[in-house]
Amino acid sequence: MNVRHRGGWSVAALVAVVVAVALLGACAPSAPKGAKPGKAGGGGATSDMSVAAGKVYVAPGDLDEYYMFSSGGHSGQVYVYGLPSMRHISTIPVYSPYPATGYGFDDDSKAMLGYLTWGDVHHPSLSETGGDYDGRWLFVNDMNGRVARVDLRDFKTKQILGPVPNVSGNHGSAFVTPNTEYSMMASRFSIPLPKGTTTGTDKYATDYKGVLTAIKIDPKKVPGLVWLMPCGKSPHGVDVSPDGKWIIGSGKLQGVTTAFNFEKVQTAIRNKDYEGDEDGIPVLKYESIKDAEVPVGLGPLHTQFGPNGMAYTSLFVDSAIASWKLGTWELVDKVPMSYSIGHLAAAEGDTVNPDGKYLVGLNKLSHGRHLSVGPSQPESSQLVDISDEKMKLLSDTFTEPEPHYAQIIKADKIHTIEVYPKEDNHHPLAIWDVKDAGIARQGGKAVVKMIAVRTSFTPTEFTVNQGETVTVAVTNIEQTTDELHGFAILDYNINIVIDPGETKTVTFKAEKKGVFPFYCTNFCSALHQEMQGYMIVK
Amino acid sequence: MRAWIEHSTRFLESGVDIGPRALVLLAVLLLIPAYIFPLWNMTMFAPQYPDGLRLDIYSYKIGGGNHDLDVREVNVLNHYIGMHELTTESFAEFKWIPFVVGALGLLFLRAVFHGTMAGLVDVTVMYIYFALFSLWSFGFKLYSYGHDLDPKAAVTVDGFMPPLFGYKKIANFEVYSYPGLASYAMGAVFVVLLAAMFLAWRQYCRTATPARG
Repeated sequence: MNVRHRGGWSVAALVAVVVAVALLGACAPSAPKGAKPGKAGGGGATSDMSVAAGKVYVAPGDLDEYYMFSSGGHSGQVYVYGLPSMRHISTIPVYSPYPATGYGFDDDSKAMLGYLTWGDVHHPSLSETGGDYDGRWLFVNDMNGRVARVDLRDFKTKQILGPVPNVSGNHGSAFVTPNTEYSMMASRFSIPLPKGTTTGTDKYATDYKGVLTAIKIDPKKVPGLVWLMPCGKSPHGVDVSPDGKWIIGSGKLQGVTTAFNFEKVQTAIRNKDYEGDEDGIPVLKYESIKDAEVPVGLGPLHTQFGPNGMAYTSLFVDSAIASWKLGTWELVDKVPMSYSIGHLAAAEGDTVNPDGKYLVGLNKLSHGRHLSVGPSQPESSQLVDISDEKMKLLSDTFTEPEPHYAQIIKADKIHTIEVYPKEDNHHPLAIWDVKDAGIARQGGKAVVKMIAVRTSFTPTEFTVNQGETVTVAVTNIEQTTDELHGFAILDYNINIVIDPGETKTVTFKAEKKGVFPFYCTNFCSALHQEMQGYMIVK
Repeated sequence: MRAWIEHSTRFLESGVDIGPRALVLLAVLLLIPAYIFPLWNMTMFAPQYPDGLRLDIYSYKIGGGNHDLDVREVNVLNHYIGMHELTTESFAEFKWIPFVVGALGLLFLRAVFHGTMAGLVDVTVMYIYFALFSLWSFGFKLYSYGHDLDPKAAVTVDGFMPPLFGYKKIANFEVYSYPGLASYAMGAVFVVLLAAMFLAWRQYCRTATPARG
């Protein structure tokens, strides 16, 4: 061949290579599979979307079907949501002061909090009777070694127990036994015991211990003994099936979740079928107690249940929820979670009688699913319809930091009071008639008995001496629901709120001289801005 | 003239038969609801009170919906416009109405056992007087409470007449005022007394006529 033809072929080959590379480049995906084009909502709702919208819409004036009590994480609070609207209805302060309701500011709640001004709430646990939610109390844990009891009659924290000695990092808590005999505490951290012992971490394996505690709720004697069940690769979640047959243990670094047969566990215990021991605690033989390993997906964490043997496991690594069947161990469906799901909560999903219907994925990351609010983004809770075998994502909700776990209870199981009846107020400083209002001195202390009612405080002013210890006891004599009155004294950091029918006290030292206004902080009436008075410190 | 007086005297002194007497006895029984049920109801609706606030006026007390707490709420609201508080203690009516109803009951019984036309006429006339006076008194009370407003009240409104019967809109409230069960029983008393009178009069006409022949 002559040189000219060879040159032509070279150019053609070069062009062909360039074109081929360009074509290959054009085929390379620029977005992950399944990504939807465009960001904004527009473009008209599909019929799927209108069905989903209809399912979560609770019309003005109507009520939600379920209460969801979400743990508030290190906010130290509990959040109350309504399902299916997923609206945040209210916040129940537990371990942290909450100025909006004066929690942690009046004498009684301040005493309950002790020296701590925060808590880390991970798991709420509703009281149960016969393994079913009974709507009486909500127990929540605190990493500072405490358990709190919230009364569901008035959604107020009534008792905080702890810090319990030697429990370091109370995480696996406050789960209750089926008749609310006990609330459990399980330490996340191992430390040398008793607390206060200083031993170096080089002695970790021998000298550092974890603690499992049971808090008696109703005094009953139950013997306690502990066995260990092996669970692959960083066991994280343990859940019991509604019929009590299986214990589902998930290791968060593997691709399967294990179903342990409870009868086999009991047999193994009886026959001492062990494969060794850890620190004196016997370890049961894995093969003797397991029924199945269900290939749910990557990073299984927690399992909740539905009726008819349905099980739902959260998958942290896969960022999804897998549904499967107990007994047959077949996988049914998978729904993606945005993003990085931790716990999940099904309607009454950890009781003997799960409702099915709704499932909420409690996710850690929400990036991109909402209007951006800067470097720190809210958490995401996603509502899933589980009434059919095919799960459907209904809505995204964004929460305060940071729900770890939640409890979903049928709304009609909860019976609240609307007002604190006058007859039930036995506070020694309570008064109901303006004639009894005033200031009295007992033992070097000044006690002011005050009445708050629309729209005034009586007395409208009081005078104390500088340096005196003052207790102001405010009684809200209203008997109408939601007729709250606040009481704040400026420059003295006093901020309490009194519910209708309640009496609250606040004690302080009148260190600063002058005239200090006090006023009603919580909106109460047309003349709320006129509800005020003066504290005079001579 | 004299004949008429003679005529009417004979009429009034005539005995009354069992029928009218039984009716008057029934009237006595129909007085009993006045001691148990409300005489009047006033119900008020507003956007902020979708379930309404209800006042029940009995012969002996003032009560209301939500275990009588509605009375408290109405008083708190009325305080803004300077209206006097509605309490059982502040109304003398709650002392004399039960007394008068009891006295009427006794008079009815007297009419039953004494059985003269005069007795029948007496109780009917007394009853009508009592009913009219009560209605007037109630209306007047409503008027005075609605007009006797404290000039130092937080909110100044013109004096107003709360509805005695029926519907009226007062500020943001829709007020419905209607008789209660006890008042219907009292109304029935009136009808029964009239029936007794009518029956007795007819019987008198029938027996009296042959005497004239």
